[in-house]
Amino acid sequence: MLKVENINVYYGSIHAVKGVSFEVHPGEIVTLIGANGAGKSTILNTISGLLRTKTGSITFLGSSIAHTQPHIIVRQGLAQVPEGRRIFQTMTVQENLEMGAYTQKLNVVAEELDRVFRQFPRLKERRKQVAGTLSGGEQQMLAMGRALMSHPKLLMLDEPSMGLAPILVEQIFEIIQTLHQDGTTILLVEQNAQMALSVASRAYVLETGNITLSGTGAELTQDDRVRKAYLGG
Amino acid sequence: MLTFLNHLISGISLGSVYAIIALGYTMVYGIAKMLNFAHGDVIMVGAYVCFFMVSSFGLHPIIGILLAMVVCTLLGIVIERLAYKPLRQAPSLAVLITAIGMSYFLQNAAQLLWTSNYKMFPAFFTFGGKNGVSFFDGRLNLSWTTIVTILACLVIMVVLTLFTDKTKLGKAMRACSEDKGAAQLMGINVNTTISVTFAIGSALAAVAGVLLCSAYPTLMPTTGSMPGIKAFTAAVFGGIGSIPGALLGGILLGIIEIFAKAYISTQVSDAIVFAVLIIVLLVKPTGLLGKQIREKV
Repeated sequence: MLKVENINVYYGSIHAVKGVSFEVHPGEIVTLIGANGAGKSTILNTISGLLRTKTGSITFLGSSIAHTQPHIIVRQGLAQVPEGRRIFQTMTVQENLEMGAYTQKLNVVAEELDRVFRQFPRLKERRKQVAGTLSGGEQQMLAMGRALMSHPKLLMLDEPSMGLAPILVEQIFEIIQTLHQDGTTILLVEQNAQMALSVASRAYVLETGNITLSGTGAELTQDDRVRKAYLGG
Repeated sequence: MLTFLNHLISGISLGSVYAIIALGYTMVYGIAKMLNFAHGDVIMVGAYVCFFMVSSFGLHPIIGILLAMVVCTLLGIVIERLAYKPLRQAPSLAVLITAIGMSYFLQNAAQLLWTSNYKMFPAFFTFGGKNGVSFFDGRLNLSWTTIVTILACLVIMVVLTLFTDKTKLGKAMRACSEDKGAAQLMGINVNTTISVTFAIGSALAAVAGVLLCSAYPTLMPTTGSMPGIKAFTAAVFGGIGSIPGALLGGILLGIIEIFAKAYISTQVSDAIVFAVLIIVLLVKPTGLLGKQIREKV
């Protein structure tokens, strides 16, 4: 479904992602784990078109998207929940969701809205509320709901657990699994390796811009190096 | 008392023009985070276009205004594409200097095309041979220009507020002004949205140009520059980026200017206007209705 081959991404002279390649197959949850600054978000932002790779290729559903504008990529069925949620603070919950459906035809927006409200009943309760006043967990739900409004084939989640209390982290991961069961393919970037590996079909470990390990979620959970570095022994 | 009322009305009328111009500054700032100092000169171009359509080609003033809006809309889009778009990633100082350069370019182009001699802008707003209505034996006068200006400002405010609150494109503009990256991830084409913002601002500048010259009929290539700077002041005064702020800032600035002219001194009225700006910025740096987004983590 998504094939990333040998991408190199720079911030000015800083070489943030060094020749990374990986794949996501339909129906999978693939996770990229790694420490802060390993290049995880940079990879997602490059796939969604916000950043550009200097080399290599990015193929989504058979067509190259390495040089495609971000707003076009969304139309092809690839949505990203950005790091730090980045919801539109001054807009209401419903307006945020409508923005998520920007690429959709007007007559299906109501339908998508119903679907998202079924997945996130809390958002329905707060539909008229200004998004900036939501709690952190609710904001994360809104960010996910907003991305789902475009009915993506592949959903990329960047640190959905960031800054949330453990109970909310569990809730978010339950939602991720539900979305997956409903047929959405997911690419998940996480610092919380334990949670990420527990839901992942396959995982890649990223260290300072390089992929150093890969395997199924279960394999990596058993791997000594992963246990030591990311799972606290 | 009636003199006071007369001054107040002229203040609101002048302020309405400032408010319409300030909208152009504030919307463009909100979305492109840049100060388009050429905005004042687009006003002048609008006034000239309308002037020639009506005086030289004998068209109906309404058609003259509409054509001026079309020309300014195109001009706004072209200015953005040619001068500002290539600088999207450049430091804001570079963009600011380019905008000032664009302002001089428009003024000098106007001088070349239409000479620096002033033109007398015709009085459009007369009904039944009268240019206004009088009350209290002529002690309180309302010119049609004043009435039309205030009404135009109100209509524009209502329409624009509905546009940004209710329409898909308007909401996309708000989304872009808050977070361009996130807006792109929604599938919003940021470049198109910025073009639309320039188009709307410039069309409003054409309206402002005609209204301004109907009240103060000497039209020269530099006609737009002082009202432009004052409207910019009004936008900052009201809180740059805020549409209601542009209205409030514009009206207040117009009233302050007319009162300063009437009761203090004509010569220092401009100084007083800018002094008010300095005081407001010292006390409330975001302007009267300026947005302060508190981030909740």
